[in-house]
Amino acid sequence: MSESLESAIRGICGSCGNDRGRLMDIVRAVQEQFGCVDGRAMELIAAEVGARRVEVEGVVSFYAFLSDHPTGEVVIRVSKCVPCLMNGARRVAEAFAEALGIEVGQTTADGRITLEYTPCIGMCDQSPAVLINDTVITYLGTDRARRIAEKLLAGAEPSRLVNKFGDGVNASDLVRSAVHNNVRQAGPFVLGPFAAGDARRAASMTPQEVIREIKTARLRGRGGAGFPTGMKWDFTRAANGDGKYVICNADEGEPGTFKDRVILTEQADLVFAGMTIAGYAIGAEQGILYLRAEYAYLRRHLENVLRQRREAGVLGENVAGVEGFTFDIRIQMGAGAYVCGEETALISSCEGLRGDPKNRPPFPAQKGYRGQPTTVNNVETFCCVARIIQHGAGWFSEMGSHGSPGTKLLSVSGDCSRPGVYELPFGIKLSEVLKLAGAEDTIAVQVGGPSGRMVGPKDFERSICYDDLSTGGSIIVLGPGRDLLKIASEFMEFFIEESCGYCTPCRVGNVLLKSRLDRIIAGKGEPDDLEYLEQLAKTVKTASRCGLGQTSPNPILSTLENFRELYEAKVQPANGLQRSFDLSEALADAEEAAGRKSVHA
Amino acid sequence: MSNTITLTIDGVDITGRPGQSILQAADEAGIYIPRLCAKDGLCAYGSCRVCTVLANGRPQAACVQPIAEGMIVENDSERVRDIRKSIIEMLFVEGNHYCMYCEKSGNCELQALAYRMGITAPRFPYQFPDRDVDASHPDIMIDHNRCVLCARCVRASRDVDGKGVFGFVGRSKDRRVAVNAEARLVDTDADVSDEAVDVCPVGAILKKRTGYAVPIGERTYDHEPIGTDIEARRTAASE
Repeated sequence: MSESLESAIRGICGSCGNDRGRLMDIVRAVQEQFGCVDGRAMELIAAEVGARRVEVEGVVSFYAFLSDHPTGEVVIRVSKCVPCLMNGARRVAEAFAEALGIEVGQTTADGRITLEYTPCIGMCDQSPAVLINDTVITYLGTDRARRIAEKLLAGAEPSRLVNKFGDGVNASDLVRSAVHNNVRQAGPFVLGPFAAGDARRAASMTPQEVIREIKTARLRGRGGAGFPTGMKWDFTRAANGDGKYVICNADEGEPGTFKDRVILTEQADLVFAGMTIAGYAIGAEQGILYLRAEYAYLRRHLENVLRQRREAGVLGENVAGVEGFTFDIRIQMGAGAYVCGEETALISSCEGLRGDPKNRPPFPAQKGYRGQPTTVNNVETFCCVARIIQHGAGWFSEMGSHGSPGTKLLSVSGDCSRPGVYELPFGIKLSEVLKLAGAEDTIAVQVGGPSGRMVGPKDFERSICYDDLSTGGSIIVLGPGRDLLKIASEFMEFFIEESCGYCTPCRVGNVLLKSRLDRIIAGKGEPDDLEYLEQLAKTVKTASRCGLGQTSPNPILSTLENFRELYEAKVQPANGLQRSFDLSEALADAEEAAGRKSVHA
Repeated sequence: MSNTITLTIDGVDITGRPGQSILQAADEAGIYIPRLCAKDGLCAYGSCRVCTVLANGRPQAACVQPIAEGMIVENDSERVRDIRKSIIEMLFVEGNHYCMYCEKSGNCELQALAYRMGITAPRFPYQFPDRDVDASHPDIMIDHNRCVLCARCVRASRDVDGKGVFGFVGRSKDRRVAVNAEARLVDTDADVSDEAVDVCPVGAILKKRTGYAVPIGERTYDHEPIGTDIEARRTAASE
């Protein structure tokens, strides 16, 4: 280590203005330089920014990409989201483990390489995929995993492991990534051509006219919740504050969703144009793009697009020639926490806090980032905004259905021959999506990711829109032979890991739900367990504090609703005995005490 | 703007003031809404969810939800009671709560809530977590086995004592209360006279050498269920 911890931390904190609100940037930088943020580092950071040590520890211990104990300078993170698991992620992890001579979750004896699992990294259409530091490796097989492990052991730089770049911007000098866009169907709104300045029409409108146009287009949030965007902006514009903020939620973490990654890769200008229009409409000077840590490889590209926009006069002072309209955008990196996709948790994270959601009210529109009125919108929503201003509300609402105008980007993965991103008009039937994706003999589809629902063939004629099958974009196709209950259990595991733990029902309830589901899967369930699961799931949904807990039981509830026969087959009494009763287990303690085997077991 | 807000709780009309939470308005009106993390004098936190009510049909934590004109609150109904019981039972199985030899027994709000709600045994399996005890401080001990993560100590130390001795670390099922030091309470500026030491609803933060000073039979909840003091306000008002 060339630089002492003390002077390095002083430098890092100083470069962030010793601002406690920039704690995320500070701890990320320390983690990157020293491989961890240990107790001594926490104390030093706390002293520099005027926080308490335990507050810094609270942040470091919250995010998966931060660690209080040394990790390798190379960290291999194997994505274990369901599409990756379906394509052999476990075998890939085992191949890495064997070649490195460690178990998953361990670091090599020389302290150089750490191997671990991580939740969905947004590469489901090119799975199995791993992150090696910031470098993404996709379509990974066991042989290649072994070869990569050998190269890393020999001292290879992770970024040098990529020998074939993906398509489009992925191959550009600033990205140089193996990631593919896999755009299977480009629509006119989000994935059509766009150049900086194409939405200049906003400059000839008043902020009120902009909001009215968005309302006329009946645009609703694309992140999943579907809140009317124009209304959100109205609230934010009307709220009093010293400064207002526009935040773009690019913390795309719902397993099976990767469309924002493609938008950020290919349409960054469109996103930033939408954010700038939002800033103009609500009266904000500052925008923040909250980028999930898994997409760090896109950061240099995004910074470059921002720089070009400043040069083109569409960011900075007097934006697009509008006298007095100042607006700029900074990128806030996340550090591995799904819950930060929840807008108030995302704001907490931007403020340098643990990613705990905040109590509402007050809503972000009233008191958001740093206590000021803030609008938080999804990446795709900002694209729609820019298009509506570019072409008009009428043009926008020509596509889609009445309650859901426009198009939706779908991230399709799983058992299909054409996984990737599809921009399709709202109202399209699920069966049509499956046909486009080349899915055959599908037994179930997970619509909207784990927080959505698992549906069977009887629902395939239903349509994708806010009023029927609503989705933030995740469509995971499950083909013949897939164990749907096991998949539900994987999803529950995801929620258990990603719960912030703030409220009781989500923190405790999900653990209890999964353990009872696993008991059923293991063939030790009782008929009463179905009622138990339903009741507990409803309590967790009803009493949880934020959207995570309010949707986390959905894997169980939707499989109970749509695939009840799978549960029933597992809980019927076997051999006249209750399945939960295990005779040999019941006798084990007595046998040990007696020092001999029972004649009955 | 009017200075009073009218709402109904379980069909009873009550009035409150702008800015009050459902819990505060109910307390003043003598209607008890069970709660664990909420405490007078500390900012509302909304973590335990024991005070869940249905406000205009929507589930809300009464401690953080502001009252509104004409609001209809469902508090003491079968379905709301069952949600609360479930949450209390979750807290019991999440930690290691052995009332029979806990010195907080009789003064413990978690235990008192269970008694008030008629919980004899939790419907969920015990998790038996492996948790630490920190007895490093000469006057105070922390038994994490009994912690319900209500954040009362965190808030009291930060906002009342102005110290920030406690904070949350970890997430999900690994979330726990930590102290502002490497590991031990003795290495912080915690003092036995701190408000933070007094506010623990359970037996997680205890003052040493005070256990069993008040005999069983004379403790806070030995004779009347928790919430009786609040309900007495209503009885007094109607007489």
